[in-house]
Amino acid sequence: MAVNREYLGRTFPAAAPYEVSRVKIAEFADAIGDLNPLYRDRAAAQAAGYADVIAPPTFAIVISMAGSAPAVADPGLGLNYAMVVHGEQRFEYARPLMAGDVVTAQATISDIRDAGRNVMLSTTTEISTVDGEHVCTAHSTLVERGGAA
Amino acid sequence: MSEQVSYDDVKPGTDLAPASYPATRLSLVKYCGASGDFNVIHWNERIARSVGLPNVIAHGMFTMAQAGRYVTDWAGPAAAVVEFGVRFSSPVVVPDDDIGATIEISGTVEEKLDGNRVVLALTARSGEAKVLTRARAVVRLP
Repeated sequence: MAVNREYLGRTFPAAAPYEVSRVKIAEFADAIGDLNPLYRDRAAAQAAGYADVIAPPTFAIVISMAGSAPAVADPGLGLNYAMVVHGEQRFEYARPLMAGDVVTAQATISDIRDAGRNVMLSTTTEISTVDGEHVCTAHSTLVERGGAA
Repeated sequence: MSEQVSYDDVKPGTDLAPASYPATRLSLVKYCGASGDFNVIHWNERIARSVGLPNVIAHGMFTMAQAGRYVTDWAGPAAAVVEFGVRFSSPVVVPDDDIGATIEISGTVEEKLDGNRVVLALTARSGEAKVLTRARAVVRLP
């Protein structure tokens, strides 16, 4: 099944607000093996000028994936997820995500193109607090191997 | 964690000390849970092989996280990551043994920008494979 080109440019409704918790940040930091105290120790984070513990830079993927899931998993898009690998990822940060942030993620399908036998699907996801402060923009490219039209 | 690096002390062209990070099957299971990415190719060898992969592979984002850790460990607690991007050029293949895979990261100070920003160019290898390309981080240093 081919990826549906009609989805190019489509913006999906923002995901339900996500509350960044200290527990989730610590779980993520443990999973990547990162012992940085800024991710666990509030006093260390405050000494570095933050109100609370911050998240590792790539933690933003947890939120951007929640935002892009409705797009990527939309049956009408026709992406075969078992054949999907991550092609590219880029983040632009206004500031680190922090415990206590309540954020939403809104995804737009920014590109769909063939690359040899593969199809590349790019999304741009804006992560902002519910108060409207922009925190991070995530650009993702997924590759469906053998999925070219 | 290292000492705090300051913008004035950084010189373009400087190579940073390389570092190695392990990726085991347990790492991937933990990363599945922590990230919410349960794609079967990261934990099910039968399905990974059936879709043409050599074995279970690490999440690209797990590899990127190791590169991120490399950057933040170098930059120190008072630094801020402004931009971070990679291309996943080859998968990190994680065998079902007690050793798993090793991700080796190195970096170079590529450029100094205004606003106390520094561009790092990163390389990441696992075995013979270059697993990240076009890996760049922009950090703001004190």
